[in-house]
Amino acid sequence: MAHQSNYKNNARPYLLSSPALLFYVGLFMIPLIMTFMLSFYSFDINRGGILPGFSLANYAEVLADSYFHRIFIRTFLLSILVTFFCVLLGTPEAYILHRMSSRWKSLCMLAILGPLLVSVVVRTLGWAILIGSDGIINRTLLAIGLIDAPVKLMFTMTGLVIALVHVLIPFMVLSVWASLQKLDSMVESAGQSLGATPFIVLRRIVIPQIMPGVLSGSLIVFALTASAFATPSILGGRRLKVVATTAYDEYLGTLNWPLGAAIAVLLLIANVIIITGYNKFIEYKYAQAFK
Amino acid sequence: MNKNTPVALVFNAIFLTFMLAPLVIICLVAFTSKGYISLPLDGFSLRWFRAILDNPHFIDAFYLSVMLGVASATIAVALAVPASLAFARYEFKGRGAIMAFFLSPLMVPHIVLGVSFLSFLTKVGWYGTFPGLVFTHVIIIMPYALRLVLSSVTGLDRSAENAASSLGASNWGVFRRVTLPMIIPGVAGGWVLSFITSFDEVTMSVFVASPSTTTLPVRMYDHITETIDPLIASLSAMLIFITMIIMLILDRFYGLDKILVGKGK
Repeated sequence: MAHQSNYKNNARPYLLSSPALLFYVGLFMIPLIMTFMLSFYSFDINRGGILPGFSLANYAEVLADSYFHRIFIRTFLLSILVTFFCVLLGTPEAYILHRMSSRWKSLCMLAILGPLLVSVVVRTLGWAILIGSDGIINRTLLAIGLIDAPVKLMFTMTGLVIALVHVLIPFMVLSVWASLQKLDSMVESAGQSLGATPFIVLRRIVIPQIMPGVLSGSLIVFALTASAFATPSILGGRRLKVVATTAYDEYLGTLNWPLGAAIAVLLLIANVIIITGYNKFIEYKYAQAFK
Repeated sequence: MNKNTPVALVFNAIFLTFMLAPLVIICLVAFTSKGYISLPLDGFSLRWFRAILDNPHFIDAFYLSVMLGVASATIAVALAVPASLAFARYEFKGRGAIMAFFLSPLMVPHIVLGVSFLSFLTKVGWYGTFPGLVFTHVIIIMPYALRLVLSSVTGLDRSAENAASSLGASNWGVFRRVTLPMIIPGVAGGWVLSFITSFDEVTMSVFVASPSTTTLPVRMYDHITETIDPLIASLSAMLIFITMIIMLILDRFYGLDKILVGKGK
C-alpha cells in the first residue's frame, strides 16, 4: 500500500514544508520579535532618536495617558458598533440569499462578494465621494431642498461605521451563508407542517443552526475593524484616531518607533486574546453540536 | 425552495444598493467633464481617463504592483504546494503546529506586520528594494495560497500516482506529470487570490513602500489623503473594471464564495 509507505518516510513531510518554514522564521518571526524588543527601547529626539535598552516606559505611557485611553476605547467602540450592524444586516441578507433561486443567488453573491476583490482604498474613496460635506449625497439633498445645511458624515463616527460595515459585511454574509449550507430545508418544512408559524421556525430551527456562522463572522468583523487602517485614516482623519492610525503616526510622523512598537504589540496581544478566547468560547458552547 | 416575502426582497434590494453604491458612484464621477468631483450630468467625458496617462507616477506604481503581485503570488504558491503535500499526505509530529504557524499571519493585524517589516527591512538594508517588498507580501498572502492549494490536494485520488510510480516513474516525474496536472486548478485559484490580495494590500505596504517602490494602493492612499479629485476616481474606475473581469473569470471557474470563504479568517 502506497499510503503506508508514507509513514516510514519520516523526513519527507519536514523536507516538503521546510522551504516555507524557513521563510516564515526568517521573514515573519524575526521581524515580530524585533518589534517586541523595540517596544522596550526608549526614544529621545535630543539624544539621537532610538536608544537601546530595556524599560517599560512606553507601555506605561500608553496605559497611563488618557489620550491613548480615548484612542483604544474609540477603537473598541467602533469594532462593537461595526460588528453589531454587520450581524443585524448581514444575517438576514444571508438567509434571504439562501432562499433565492440559484440564478438570482449567484448574481446577488457577485454583487456582495465582488467588492472584497476591490482595494479597500477604492471602496473608501467611494464613501468619501458620497458622504463628504461637498459629497454627492449632501449636494443632492441640498439641491432638492430636503436639507438646508450639509449633513456632517465625513470625520464622524457615523460615517466611519457606515463605511466599515460596507467594507466588512461580505465576511459576515459569507460566514452565515456557509453555515446555512448545512441547514436541511426538510427540517424547516417539517416544522411548518407540524403547525409552527414562520417566526417559530426561524427562532427555533434556523437561528440555532446558523449561530456558529454568526459568531465566527462577528469575530472576523470585530478583529478586522479593530486593526483597520485605510478607512479610518481617510474618513476619520486626525479627528477620529484609532489604534492603527496612531501607530502609523508614531512611526512615520513623530518617528517615535519604540512607542509605536508598544502600541502595535498591545494591538497584537489584544487581537490574539480576543480571537483565541472567542474560539474557545464557541468550541465550548457548541461542543455538543459538533459531535 | 421557500419563496422570499416581499419585505425580504425589498431588504435585499436595499442591501445590494448599499453594497454597490460607492463603486457605482466612482464609475459615474470618473466620466465627469468638470475639474472637481461631480456627476456627469451634462455629458460623459473621457478627460480624466486620458489624464491618467499624463501621470506617470500612477502608471509606474501600477506596473510595480502587478510585478509585485506576480512575484509574490508565484513564490507563495511555490512554497504552498510542497507544504500542502506534506499536510495532506503525511501524519507527522508537529503537523498541526506547523499548519497553525503557516496560517498565523491572518491573526496579526497588517499594521503590526507593517511596523515589524519596516524595522526589519531597515535593519538588514532591504528597505526600498523590490525583493524586500516581495518577501513581505509573500508572508501576507501565504495563508490564502495555502488554504486553496491544500483543499485541492486533500482528497485527491492517488491511484493514478500509484500507477505511475509502479510503472517506474521517479518521484519528481510523478509529481510533474501526474500530481501537478491534477491540482493545477486549485493552484491557479490560489495564485489568483494571492495576486489580488497582494495587489490590493495597503495597510502593511504603507510602511514598507519607499518613494522608489510605491505600490498603486499606497500611491492612491497618499493622493486621497491630500486631495480627492476626478483623477483618482477615473483611476479607481479602471481598477474596478479590471477587477470585474478577473472576478467573472474566477466565478465562472471556481465560484466566488468557495474562493473567498476563508479570506477573512
